[in-house]
Amino acid sequence: MKRQVPLVLVLLFGLFMIFQYFVPHESSEWVYEFLLDWIYIIGIFALALGIWSLYVVSVDKVKTRKHDWGYSYVTLAGLFGMILFGFTARHGDEWGWYLIFVACVLLTVIMSVQAMAARINKGLPLGLAGLFLLGAVLIAVFDDTWSFYFYTQEGLQSTMFRAFFDYIMMPILATIFSLLAFFIASAAYRAFRARNLLASLLLIAALIVMMRFFPYFGENVGEFIARVSSWLMNVPNLAAQRAIIIGVGLGIVATALKVILGIERGYMGKG
Amino acid sequence: MDFTTFLWTTFAAFVTLATFSFLYKDNPFYKFAEHLVVGVAAGYFVIILWHNGLVPNLFRRLADGDWYLLWLNSTMWWYLIPAILGALMWTRFSKRWSWVSRWPMGLYIGISTGVAIPLEMSNRVSKQLYATMIVNPQNPGIDWANFWGHGGFDLLDVASGFSQVLIFIGAVAALIYFFFSKAHTGIFGKAATFGIWILMIGFGASFGFTVMARISLFINRLQFIDQEWIQHAMNPENMVNGSHWPYQLVFWAMILVVVGYMVFELVQHFSSKGKAAPAE
Repeated sequence: MKRQVPLVLVLLFGLFMIFQYFVPHESSEWVYEFLLDWIYIIGIFALALGIWSLYVVSVDKVKTRKHDWGYSYVTLAGLFGMILFGFTARHGDEWGWYLIFVACVLLTVIMSVQAMAARINKGLPLGLAGLFLLGAVLIAVFDDTWSFYFYTQEGLQSTMFRAFFDYIMMPILATIFSLLAFFIASAAYRAFRARNLLASLLLIAALIVMMRFFPYFGENVGEFIARVSSWLMNVPNLAAQRAIIIGVGLGIVATALKVILGIERGYMGKG
Repeated sequence: MDFTTFLWTTFAAFVTLATFSFLYKDNPFYKFAEHLVVGVAAGYFVIILWHNGLVPNLFRRLADGDWYLLWLNSTMWWYLIPAILGALMWTRFSKRWSWVSRWPMGLYIGISTGVAIPLEMSNRVSKQLYATMIVNPQNPGIDWANFWGHGGFDLLDVASGFSQVLIFIGAVAALIYFFFSKAHTGIFGKAATFGIWILMIGFGASFGFTVMARISLFINRLQFIDQEWIQHAMNPENMVNGSHWPYQLVFWAMILVVVGYMVFELVQHFSSKGKAAPAE
């Protein structure tokens, strides 16, 4: 029951989905779309596991006073703040008590975590959490400048949700990706020393592609390097990428077959 | 730029500089930005998947049912099944019942792998093999008429017959290099050696391309700090109630924080250097 049922489910649905690919009938396509909807919905429910895990790890860091535990509050504030902004929106330009409501909810979360983390005197943070929660509920009931929107997408367009996305999430993510330029360059310095033919090929190809947009070469040299770079990207690089893609494809198919036939059972975990 | 937007832009510049500060070393500003983005990104995906996933795919389909009948009277009641299976995933929270979560997991894995096999065979294997052998579907086969290039000898012509042959031989040789069931000796070994040459050139070209993409992003972040933040802070046309000083105040406060932290770090650095000196 604990292990056989999932194995049978994987085998049946796996074989069915392979089979239906070769049946060009609209009923087959309908079932295909229908089952894809199913796994999409199941996948979204599974996201809650990830969010819960993030919450537990953050609370645990505060509880056990691990290194840098204070930053867990920043993570929790970001998480709950974003969720709150995504489900609420103002009716017009008036702010009303909206920001105080958000502050009350975030303080409720922080005080609850504080109460869980406290070994003695849990009463004070618990009382404060209750007080802030009461404040948040009262504002939600009586302040009519904003509302909750669970069923429609007003929250996605709300000022705070967009501001958090545009001015916090995107700048940090873009900067983290741009940081990789420096780390790749330092890694390349160590890895790219032309010690043999293969390393030299790697180095020369990389340098030519990197010099493609160097503006100080002049027209003739610049054009020649651009052509060599284009040839490298479209001929040898294409051949190498093709081989890798074909290898990856065969690897995915082999692994998928192992999963369907019950040889690979890692997805079931322990127990 | 209005003052509220400028405040948000200042915060964006702050988190940008905080993230860049990792190039010096791990520090409180970087940790703040790192922990903040983890929480905000997780919250963002919760909202996106709720509004763009659950609402249209589940809630709207069950909307004609009644909640007190658990939506069983909905015309699309069968969408309750994935919802129940999804909810069963949450049994992972319980040590006793966590095995139940394997049922939806089994369904999910079964459908995903079943979909993947024909699609991967088609997209990653068959179509790539086809494109390697038949470069131009309108004119299949090697372009012998333009083998050395269109309009004269030109080895850098990516559409020439020579390039077509090189792509084919290169792909086959690289695949031979990945084939370990036969010893890489004799002609097979020579083909594998040519394959690794092609792979190294490909890796080098991809590496160079990736570096340039990252550098473009880096330039974009610097442009953001210059054009979106500093220039708006210095532009006297930006005013709050007829005065430009609030913009200046916010800007210089930020600069003070950055310079203050740099001075603090320098002092720490030199004081720890003094302490670390061996006492003889």
